[in-house]
Amino acid sequence: MNVGRVAGNLVSTVKDPGLEGHRILLVRPLNGREKPFWALDAVGAGAGEVVLYCRQREASYAFHPDFVPCDACVVGIVDELDEVLP
Amino acid sequence: MKLARVVGTVVATQKFPKYEGLKFLQVQPLDLEKQPRGLPFTAIDMVDAGEGDDVLVCLEGQSAVDAVGLGENPVDAVIMGVVDAVQFVPPRRDNPWTRG
Repeated sequence: MNVGRVAGNLVSTVKDPGLEGHRILLVRPLNGREKPFWALDAVGAGAGEVVLYCRQREASYAFHPDFVPCDACVVGIVDELDEVLP
Repeated sequence: MKLARVVGTVVATQKFPKYEGLKFLQVQPLDLEKQPRGLPFTAIDMVDAGEGDDVLVCLEGQSAVDAVGLGENPVDAVIMGVVDAVQFVPPRRDNPWTRG
């Protein structure tokens, strides 16, 4: 998992039925070095918010038990983040 | 698994319901000489690691989900243990046939 900022969203009508009814958000990692990617929204994050995201196959467990084919999803909205890099 | 150092915390009240009560720590991956290498990321803390501790992080999703043990939930990094000591044999540069 890591933290990123919601930078956009995507609308798609013709898609895999498993993706029906989920918002697709553009997430840009905060460290600014990883590329932005598209993730499904599991907590109702708004534009510009700092969010916690999960990648890999386990991201689709956010919508368990129905099967949602995705490899990234937003799982939290960050209130506080303190990070002191060594 | 990765050796990493705890460098911060993440607080999120509005989150995936099954995350209730779990602690999120920002960790910075380290190399064998314990120098920072790579980008920091977030991991769920299962061993009450404090700030500045060296920890062992599991990055394979399925084992991370099992380590958290709350059934199917979106987890891909879990802190498995606090590292006390690291011992290793340095790579042999002189022999061209050994790898690494």
